[in-house]
Amino acid sequence: MKQVVKRPTSLTDKPFHFCPGCHHGIVHRLVAEALDFFNLREKTIGVASVGCSVFLYDYFAVDVIEAPHGRASAVATGTKRVLKDQIVFTYQGDGDLAAIGTAEIIHAANRGENITVIFVNNSIYGMTGGQMAPTTMLGQSSTTTPYGRDYHRDGYPIKMTEMLAALEGPSLVARVAVDKPANVKKARKIIRQAFQMQVEDKGFSFVEVLSACPTNWGMTPQKATKRVSDEMIPYFPLGVLKQKDVVDVL
Amino acid sequence: MTALKKVFLKGNEAIALAAINAGCHYYFGYPITPQNEIPEYMAKHLPEVGGEFLQAESEIASINMMLGAAATGVRVMTSSSGPGISLMQEGFSYIAGNELPGVVVNMSRQGPGLGGINATQGDYFQAVKGGGHGDYHLIVLAPHTGQELYDLTIKAFELSEKYRCLTMLLGDAVLGQIKEPINPWKPEISAGDPDREWLITGAKGRQPRLIKSLFLADGEMEKHNWRLQEKYQQLAANDVMVETCFIEDAHLVLTAFGSMARIAKTAIDQAREEGMKVGLIRPISLYPFPTATFKNLPESVSRVLTCEMNTGQMVEDVRLSIDNSLPVDFYGRPGGSVPTPEEIFDRLQQAYAEVE
Ligand SMILES: Cc1ncc(C[n+]2csc(CCOP(=O)(O)OP(=O)(O)O)c2C)c(N)n1
Ligand code: SF4
Repeated sequence: MKQVVKRPTSLTDKPFHFCPGCHHGIVHRLVAEALDFFNLREKTIGVASVGCSVFLYDYFAVDVIEAPHGRASAVATGTKRVLKDQIVFTYQGDGDLAAIGTAEIIHAANRGENITVIFVNNSIYGMTGGQMAPTTMLGQSSTTTPYGRDYHRDGYPIKMTEMLAALEGPSLVARVAVDKPANVKKARKIIRQAFQMQVEDKGFSFVEVLSACPTNWGMTPQKATKRVSDEMIPYFPLGVLKQKDVVDVL
Repeated sequence: MTALKKVFLKGNEAIALAAINAGCHYYFGYPITPQNEIPEYMAKHLPEVGGEFLQAESEIASINMMLGAAATGVRVMTSSSGPGISLMQEGFSYIAGNELPGVVVNMSRQGPGLGGINATQGDYFQAVKGGGHGDYHLIVLAPHTGQELYDLTIKAFELSEKYRCLTMLLGDAVLGQIKEPINPWKPEISAGDPDREWLITGAKGRQPRLIKSLFLADGEMEKHNWRLQEKYQQLAANDVMVETCFIEDAHLVLTAFGSMARIAKTAIDQAREEGMKVGLIRPISLYPFPTATFKNLPESVSRVLTCEMNTGQMVEDVRLSIDNSLPVDFYGRPGGSVPTPEEIFDRLQQAYAEVE
């Protein structure tokens, strides 16, 4: 029988611990495929953040440094400044990157730091049991917005991709989703492109991936995925918001 | 070791020069008085040696950049003062948990809060008791002259690598700003074995590695914490640093660290000239604390006077060291006005009168 797909070599054999229907697994795979594509497994350093993805060091067959909550892009900056020939990426949730880590991500982006940031936005805190995230949608209930997110009290869901795209520093800023096969294909392409930027020393690349947290949304995997399409994408539009082909800052 | 040409430098600059001569080619930091000459010196001179200076957006970012760089095995430094050090505590705890080396300078200033920029020693507890969350310590060194700022900076890198433990150089505004002749030197740098099995360099031709402080499996965290404690015990057994003057026949021992010790030395000299049997213990490593020196004081000593530019933080460690076997007096100035040698002499005389 002909083998058409196989597990990327940048992933270990360990089965994911993620809940059924969680998109973290798909995003892990897309990142690993990009590493495989450029043959980067032996020259990549991952920076793990705090959240459901912290265990990525069990799944990615690369060197990993675990960062304090929100600080991944500062840790990655330190590592990349020393190991300029290695590929350094962070993988951060919305609580990690858009709450505690807001300052670190904005400044790493603004410096045009030659790293790749994968930002998984599931509009909730997964690991700690479903509290409000900065990206939680208006009206969305969570354990700390039991009556729904209200902008008078909680502010609006934050659009990190738009914010970062407004800066001069970054080279590639994009938002993708993995809710449908067509979107997965686009996500695969853009994540690959994000790593290509770094391979070519073109500076800071950032990909926000809209994703589902069926467990904390209290939904079946199917319903959760549909929520990404119906509720999240209209507020968090997909696409490449910024791309610099000629990089003058490095 | 290679001796270099004598220079005339501010304390802060002496630290920066020592760091570069010790092979530290990466510096991440954020400005705060009274230590700005360190980042400024690094910004100017690191490019000359092919190194890299980066002004971070905060002390939180600085310490985490240091974490990321330290994981690759290079010598790396940051520096700050009081409020900035408070922000770095999260990173200190992670670096301790990750068992990474690194050097941090605290040219401390008055607090709490925004406080003032003059010299105090109010950060003693924060430095020697851990400061951040969890069971950990930093190695803490307290220089008292420009030359010692230079020498101990080099020592700080060596100790931090030997124990894979963050090392803090604890000074204050006086030491940072004082300008003195320095005899610089270059240590033999044992560049660190490139095959150190923990280095993060990209998994070329080997199994992937992991630097982490998360331990969830049954018993793993306890094991890790005991291992850290073992390291601190080794440190206490092998690398305590202390200076003593005239304690052999002393009836009263004064103890002080850093700039306070320097002033106290003048007071002690004066007291000896006047025939008073007084001595000095100057802890150089504040962690590990020179417990044995206090424990094994000569029989002649019947009282200890602790002098600090704070409200008496080191008194606790002194009392613990002598197990309350002698009375411990305290003289302190927590407000940023540096005491004169005469003021210390007066207090010394008073304590001495009680002894005799
Ligand atoms: C300083 C600090 N505050 C809070 C926490 C607790 N905490 C762990 S994970 C997390 C939220 C993570 O959410 P997100 O980044 O959205 O990732 P997800 O779990 O959804 O994948 C929080 C608040 C922590 N570890 N450290
Ligand atoms: S809690 Fe949510 S984000 Fe975490 S693994 Fe489960 S579904 Fe995924």
